[in-house]
Amino acid sequence: MSNIIDLKLFELVEKIKKKEISSNEVTKAFIDRSQKSKKLNSYITENFENALQKAKQFDEKPDFNKKLPGIPLAVKDLFCTKNIRTTAGSKILENFFPTYESTVTQNILDEGGIIIGKLNCDEFAMGSSNETSFFGNVQNPISENLVPGGSSGGSSSALAAKLTPATIGTDTGGSIRQPASFTGTVGLKPTYGSCSRYGVVAFASSLDQAGPMTQNVKDSALMLEVISSYDNKDSTSVDFKRGQYLKDLNENIKGKKIGIPKQYRVDGMPKEIDELWKKGMKIIEDNGGEIIEINLPNTNYALPTYYIVAPAEASSNLARYDGVKYGFRSKGKNLIDMYEKTRSEGFGDEVKRRIMIGTYVLSSGYYDAYYLKAQKVRRLIKNDFDHAYKKVDAILTPSTPSSAFKIGEKTNDPVSMYLNDIFTVPINLAGLPAISIPAGHDKSGYPLGLQVIGKAFDEQNILNIAYSIEKNINFKNNINDWWIN
Amino acid sequence: MTIDLKTVKHISKLSRISIDDNKAKKLSDDLNSIFKFIEKLEELDTEKIEPLTSIAETNLKLRKDEIKSKNIREDILKNSPEDNKDFFVVPKVVE
Repeated sequence: MSNIIDLKLFELVEKIKKKEISSNEVTKAFIDRSQKSKKLNSYITENFENALQKAKQFDEKPDFNKKLPGIPLAVKDLFCTKNIRTTAGSKILENFFPTYESTVTQNILDEGGIIIGKLNCDEFAMGSSNETSFFGNVQNPISENLVPGGSSGGSSSALAAKLTPATIGTDTGGSIRQPASFTGTVGLKPTYGSCSRYGVVAFASSLDQAGPMTQNVKDSALMLEVISSYDNKDSTSVDFKRGQYLKDLNENIKGKKIGIPKQYRVDGMPKEIDELWKKGMKIIEDNGGEIIEINLPNTNYALPTYYIVAPAEASSNLARYDGVKYGFRSKGKNLIDMYEKTRSEGFGDEVKRRIMIGTYVLSSGYYDAYYLKAQKVRRLIKNDFDHAYKKVDAILTPSTPSSAFKIGEKTNDPVSMYLNDIFTVPINLAGLPAISIPAGHDKSGYPLGLQVIGKAFDEQNILNIAYSIEKNINFKNNINDWWIN
Repeated sequence: MTIDLKTVKHISKLSRISIDDNKAKKLSDDLNSIFKFIEKLEELDTEKIEPLTSIAETNLKLRKDEIKSKNIREDILKNSPEDNKDFFVVPKVVE
């Protein structure tokens, strides 16, 4: 039998169901590899002992009707996990132990999944390289000193390095799709309202969405089935009939109309990315799909809009960290002094920067010029997509304008860091689903991704298109375990 | 527009984040480059456009107003930096 860690999630599920392997064997295999991989710094908190106990319990009383029967999974440290430390990558939550479970991780537990640990991420998910985490940089298993993307950088690193068979991240402006693209893995951001935000540490509430990060499209369909649910604890959760994403997964894209937005052909984009995009178009045409050029005229305004809306919501959401109810507290001369010192010492530079942008754009006299203006432009961006979807079933773009960059390369210039998300941010603003799949390599051998964007609640369609592209590309990640001595 | 040191200090006050003078200068530079980038939106005429306040344009559901969690005082206080078993404790506010 092949090595356990080399099996796909769906293969592990099948083998456990057929009693060919036990949950204990699988859990142990991923924990062993995680222990040998500390150099990657993918984990913030390990839950290994507890997970091994749970695996033994599962094997004693197995329930093979579950979708994740005894499957070990590490998750992004933005999901509240009952009695397991949850930090959001911040000093301010360094010792926070939630007394409740997020709905998304509860769904994983209900389907038989076992949490083996909490994965590193940018502080409060604010970042594109995992370099804003209080718990340090994360290594990309592709090459030493390369960022794994962000904010779900611990998730993408752990997944690509096979420390977990699948994982979940959150995506506010690209935080699932960009790290997936940087590590040669599959990342899906579902439609806003598909996965509950209950118990997910809030960044920008009108944009945040949880989603699966997996080795392949089939695993993505399986994970989406597990985590997507209507939840009355989240007032923006949408009560729609969820698909049987795995059962209905097929590669038939005959007659599908796929839009190519000309505005995504940005200046200075590497030739390899343009070629990759063309390769994607050819695959679609070869498989009976039709390529149609579309117009998303307000694309250039998406990032400026995002950098008003997201910080504004963040400044409001992060007001709760005041050193009183939970989290870090610093000493102060009086109450106000305590608040100011707590927040100054507890938050990192990027988080402070965004809180201040948000506070400014919401402050008296500036609200109309910035926040209201951004909400109006957000409408224009959404209208662009609505208009395009009268002509096409889905849209194909590159996932990112470049491959992974070196640690430290972009930390001094916030705007150049923000430009990483140029292809992913518009999708969050419009609330649409999108999937990034690995599709090739650049000249350094670093992975590059393609993004398929769907209509709202049309996850099945983008999964199927991604499945078809995946079958035709046959992507292989070049990982040589350089971090293991 | 430019965000000068005085404005940075004002925002820092509003945000309840203390900033020392060295950091304020760097922050003012960062904020200026970010706002220069944001101000691209001024090119667009949005006079007649309705703001998009929520992407999930569904009606909020009503629910019964009933207590679901009881006796959770310990849970609530569990993560507090300082408490006296019944209440959160903060620095003295009233003389």
